[in-house]
Amino acid sequence: MTTYGRGLRGLSLAAAATITVALALVFFYAPLDADQGFIQKIFYIHVPLAITALCGFVFGGVLGAMYLRTGERKWDIRSYVAIHMALIFGVGTLLTGTIWAKASWGHWWVWSDPTLTSFLIVMLLFATYQPLRFSIEDPERQSRYASVFAVVAGAFVPLNFIAVRAAQQYVHPRVLTLTGGNLPGSMRLTFLVSLVGIALLYVTLWKYEMAAKSTRMQVRALRRALLGEDSVAPLKRSAAPS
Amino acid sequence: MTLAAIFAVAPALPLHTAGKYVAGAYIVFLALVLIYVSIMATRLSRTERELAELRRDVEAQRAARDSAREREPVA
Repeated sequence: MTTYGRGLRGLSLAAAATITVALALVFFYAPLDADQGFIQKIFYIHVPLAITALCGFVFGGVLGAMYLRTGERKWDIRSYVAIHMALIFGVGTLLTGTIWAKASWGHWWVWSDPTLTSFLIVMLLFATYQPLRFSIEDPERQSRYASVFAVVAGAFVPLNFIAVRAAQQYVHPRVLTLTGGNLPGSMRLTFLVSLVGIALLYVTLWKYEMAAKSTRMQVRALRRALLGEDSVAPLKRSAAPS
Repeated sequence: MTLAAIFAVAPALPLHTAGKYVAGAYIVFLALVLIYVSIMATRLSRTERELAELRRDVEAQRAARDSAREREPVA
């Protein structure tokens, strides 16, 4: 049995330290943007949250594929938690994004921007993941269907990203490119530290949730083994794997 | 509203106006993390309660078994 709590303390400390350093760099080191001024500081939280959320969806798809390949329930649980965490990070992206949009463009939402709209589409797509799971009662079928969904929707994320990058008309600035982008060195360093901090936070919370789920399952299994099958109350219908 | 019009109304904000938006964005992030941690704390306390219940039940079962053994006649 995997012990998800192993290394969690060190990981939590690393995430906390990196985020603290990132915040210090954001407010005391990175220069003010010549065009946007102080409001551009939202970039250091908004973009890492978006990147981590999108990678989390792809990660969920990869774990879903592992379930389909092996049939082991642990992969389904991992995939579920990865998508669940990515959704939380996605909500953070949308909220920080709308605040930035309001401050920068004067509108909470701009439908004509492909980046905003496509991210919303990805979020709405993955928002159907939990209702899909809840609609299927049989745990085996639930895991299988959810994994197929995770793989297909996870593959949609990079395709969607490429489509948006190919779009000509946008209001979202393009500061990150394969050739280095337009960020000056100090801003790039601050952004990279923020990205590492948010990614570490994602991994920490993923492990944290996995440890909690695994512990509950072990308690139920222990109860069953020690006191018999009747001692464990039947599980209520749930979207979460159990 | 056209894209050109959006760009036209997007100048650098003065610090006192921008500050509240930046603070808002970072507070949203902090609030999300805190809400998540509080939900996890609730779940942890539920698991703790289940574990305490299990321990109580196992001890009760063991006590019942021991008393039954004591009542058995010794050959």
